[in-house]
Amino acid sequence: MEKRELLDLYQTMQTIRKFEFQTSKSFAEEIVQGFVHLYIGEEAIATGVCANLNRDDYITSTHRGHGHIIAKGADLKRMMAELCGRETGYCKGKGGSMHIADTDLGILGANGIVGGGFNLACGAGFSSKMLKTNQVCVCFFGDGATGTGASHEAMNIAKVWKLPVIFVNENNLYADSCRITDGLASESTADRALAYHMPHYSIDGNDVLTVYETAKEAIERARNGEGPSFIECKTYRWRGHFEVEPETYRPPEELKLWKSKEKDPIARFEKYLLENHGVSEEEVKQIKASIDKEVKAAVEFALNSPLPDKSSACTDVYTDIVEEGRA
Amino acid sequence: MRNVFFSEAIRDAIRNEMLNDPRVFCIGEDIGRVGGSFGVTAGLYKEFGEERVRDTPISEQAIVGLSAGAALTGMIPVAEIMYNDFMLCAADQIINQAAKFRYMYGGGMKVPMVVRMAVGGGLQCAAQHSQSLEAFLVHIPGLKVVYPSTPADALGLMISSIRDENPVMFFEHQLLYQVSDNVPDGFEPIPLGIADVKKEGSDITIVATGLCVKKSLDAAELLAKEGINAEVVDPRTLYPLDKETIYRSLAKTRKVVIVTEEVKRGAWSAEMASNIAEDMFESLDKKIVRVGALNTPVPFTVSLEEYVLPQVNNIVDAVKSVF
Ligand SMILES: Cc1ncc(C[n+]2csc(CCOP(=O)(O)OP(=O)(O)O)c2C)c(N)n1
Ligand SMILES: [Mg+2]
Repeated sequence: MEKRELLDLYQTMQTIRKFEFQTSKSFAEEIVQGFVHLYIGEEAIATGVCANLNRDDYITSTHRGHGHIIAKGADLKRMMAELCGRETGYCKGKGGSMHIADTDLGILGANGIVGGGFNLACGAGFSSKMLKTNQVCVCFFGDGATGTGASHEAMNIAKVWKLPVIFVNENNLYADSCRITDGLASESTADRALAYHMPHYSIDGNDVLTVYETAKEAIERARNGEGPSFIECKTYRWRGHFEVEPETYRPPEELKLWKSKEKDPIARFEKYLLENHGVSEEEVKQIKASIDKEVKAAVEFALNSPLPDKSSACTDVYTDIVEEGRA
Repeated sequence: MRNVFFSEAIRDAIRNEMLNDPRVFCIGEDIGRVGGSFGVTAGLYKEFGEERVRDTPISEQAIVGLSAGAALTGMIPVAEIMYNDFMLCAADQIINQAAKFRYMYGGGMKVPMVVRMAVGGGLQCAAQHSQSLEAFLVHIPGLKVVYPSTPADALGLMISSIRDENPVMFFEHQLLYQVSDNVPDGFEPIPLGIADVKKEGSDITIVATGLCVKKSLDAAELLAKEGINAEVVDPRTLYPLDKETIYRSLAKTRKVVIVTEEVKRGAWSAEMASNIAEDMFESLDKKIVRVGALNTPVPFTVSLEEYVLPQVNNIVDAVKSVF
């Protein structure tokens, strides 16, 4: 990879992290409301995968969707505006954190229903095949989501119909309070793919280059008409399941370990860039500063945007019908 | 008398039944070690152990289907579905399976299970975590549907629901969990199918469910200042439905407003209204009025959410519209 491309990966990861820390802060200040699930600690996955996607390729996302959406190229301003429930947000304030979508970027939506994305991803892959557009669809999902029946129906049909779908599992060891060992019958989520004779990988999800290379292979396979693949990315979430929960179910040492320089996907990649690609401290500093500015501008944009007008509550239910409001 | 939160009242009822009957067990996501997303099962895991308070994977079909199978074969499950929206992932198990067994197989089967679920909006959780889907289940023969509005009712109705030999769907409004009130000492069941007059009045009957009972009581207070004395009736169970108590109130007041948090189209409130129209038309002085959510999904941002869901002032306006 060229230095420029490597720095792009770095920039995307940092953007996700800084956006998420800002979101956490804004949540504490009650500027952001509702259910907010942060992606901090898992940045390498969305970044490494989406770096292989074209603008018109599809993704389905989850309740923990900010990272996927940023990596697919979304506008931070409109994202933050949505988190703040503003008219200028991606969903005009109707969706919030769990429901950001941008069809122009192939983002088929963050989803509040665990497992909701699996079969939708198959549908997107199906369209691409029928319409011969050569697009692929990446389905992001957590370890917990593999407990849903929907996940199995999707993997089966994707394989049988050779759909251009890449199942990207973010195995962060927990589904809410449920530790993976208590919730999953197999040790590795990638074992699931075995049953469907699907090419599968189990990788270090905190190593952005490994994610990138693995996803590249799987995406090429999908584009060549060879059907779906499954990538288990091992990772860890730094924050609680949502903002702000007590996290009584996981040992503090475990969190500490995953936050260490050796495990942190960003610190690791930064070190790698400094040591192997002639990236300077100064370059890193500049990138960070520019992101800080961008995130700050996003918050300002959000706060300066109007709240939606009440009448908007009644639009968008259908393409052609506006529902009645209150008298 | 003791003062407890709504969530504690449900917990105490479940605990009492678990102590009395070893067949009773709890099952659901995050209900064990961390005591449930809304804290309803807090302490039960510690007291009864992981055998009887079962944390599950994210598998709503398994939660309900396994419960139904266990209920058929000698156990009494109290299942938790985190939000009623997720019940739809298990709709087949509830509607095509559990609800049908007894009738379809000729009356030989019993399905003594409770499915508890949080319902309603108000916490800016948007369209997939805020619905009021009770009508969906009232529509299904074979299911009983319970929707308490106070800690005392929740306690007594939960006991009856667990002792009931049919599948009981138990709705718990998200915003009621943290409401506290007095409950009677002891564990007296409240039979399913008995409404409760929450406030007596003479001028109009407000039939309300769940959080809307509280909103209706607030509305009644405002209306009293304007000389309208409203009676507030809470059916408490949507099926079986205590028509008698509701009709008695109507016969007295001759006016009715029905208030629920549901999307108005196809709502339980419409079922209630049509019952009244069919049975009590002659007793009414004015048209039946319904208050509900707008016919839209529940939006995220607080100002839109407040607008879409029925509020106290909407109830006041609805009542005044028939005076
Ligand atoms: C059908 C359904 N059941 C339950 C939930 C509640 N819920 C939201 S996120 C979550 C845990 C998801 O775990 P995982 O798939 O591992 O994703 P992670 O949060 O770890 O990223 C649960 C149980 C839901 N949103 N949808
Ligand atoms: Mg997880």
